Amino acid sequence: MAARTKVAVAAAACVAIALGFAGVAQEKDDAAKGIEAYRQALKDGNPAELFEMAGEELWLKPAGPRNASLEKCDLGLGPGVVEGAYARLPRYFADTDRVQDLESRLLTCMETLQGIDTRAHVEARFGTPKKDELVALATYVAGMSKDRPVDVAASHPKERAMFELGRRMFFYQAGPHDFSCATCHAQEGRRIRMQDLPYIPAKEGAAAGWTSWPAYRVSAGQMWSMQWRINDCFRQQRFPEPVYASDMTVALSMFMAATANGATMATPGIKR
Amino acid sequence: MANPMRIRAAAKDGITEVRVLMNHEMETGQRRDASGAIVPAWFIQEVSARLNDKDVMSAQWGPSIAKNPYFAFKIKGGKAGDTVSVTWVDNRGDTRTDNAKVT
Repeated sequence: MAARTKVAVAAAACVAIALGFAGVAQEKDDAAKGIEAYRQALKDGNPAELFEMAGEELWLKPAGPRNASLEKCDLGLGPGVVEGAYARLPRYFADTDRVQDLESRLLTCMETLQGIDTRAHVEARFGTPKKDELVALATYVAGMSKDRPVDVAASHPKERAMFELGRRMFFYQAGPHDFSCATCHAQEGRRIRMQDLPYIPAKEGAAAGWTSWPAYRVSAGQMWSMQWRINDCFRQQRFPEPVYASDMTVALSMFMAATANGATMATPGIKR
Repeated sequence: MANPMRIRAAAKDGITEVRVLMNHEMETGQRRDASGAIVPAWFIQEVSARLNDKDVMSAQWGPSIAKNPYFAFKIKGGKAGDTVSVTWVDNRGDTRTDNAKVT
């Protein structure tokens, strides 16, 4: 409803500039309705569930040199607590003395519990088996926070610093296209093709982005984690691709999550 | 090896609605990979369903069905506690059967 109101406001502005734009605005509104109907149809059978199942299997399966499962992994709510954990990430972890998002924390658990050298996982391209494991695990864990409120206050000094770093990165304009995250995500009521562009500096937009990933992307038939989403945003800006689970990526997640604080998790999501 | 399906079945007013998510690549045989070689066709060809021990549905599929297909259908009859089982067979002869209890 809110989105439609914004389209109407935008339409009014167009009319003020040139009367001939009224017809275009009507078409825009119809397109928005059509997209909404398409999204509703998709929600009925989200293939993300298949990845949740695969992720749960990986979580429970002993692996690595220590032949251990991830069942004792501490995602912030204590060893083995998965339910609700994703809604409270990223957060500061005393054992690593770092602020971590879900995927960097999964790497920590794979190292400490399973004895896996995760360098290969970090360096693997998205869409290859090692990354697929992490995406499936992330989908499973995120799904266990569905319908929970986001609880990321960024109160610890290191969390605060991460938030500030994330905000700076968000507005940092550079690269051959002179782009920043804000180029696309700091304007109200815009979309690219069928995808609305959330206005991330405000709560509503941050929530629309943050609470809907990991998401299944229908057109590509791929399950994407937030790390993959952020990585591809860098690519689309023609920036160097960030290292998987590096501080910069965690900082952007912190910026989004803390801005979305209090919103309801809708994980895993589904996109066109 | 074939990955599991997700099956949900709910009975209401003598009709059982079944919703299935299948895990399959569904390659059409039309795509090329990075080196220009055709990616071989690989898709589900037959789908069938049973309610308890009775065949209730069978379908023939082709390469135009999407990856990770979602399939919903209704069965006349069925009640809570019944078992719905769904089977697919792909063009490589691989097959998968999964069950779900009707709720």
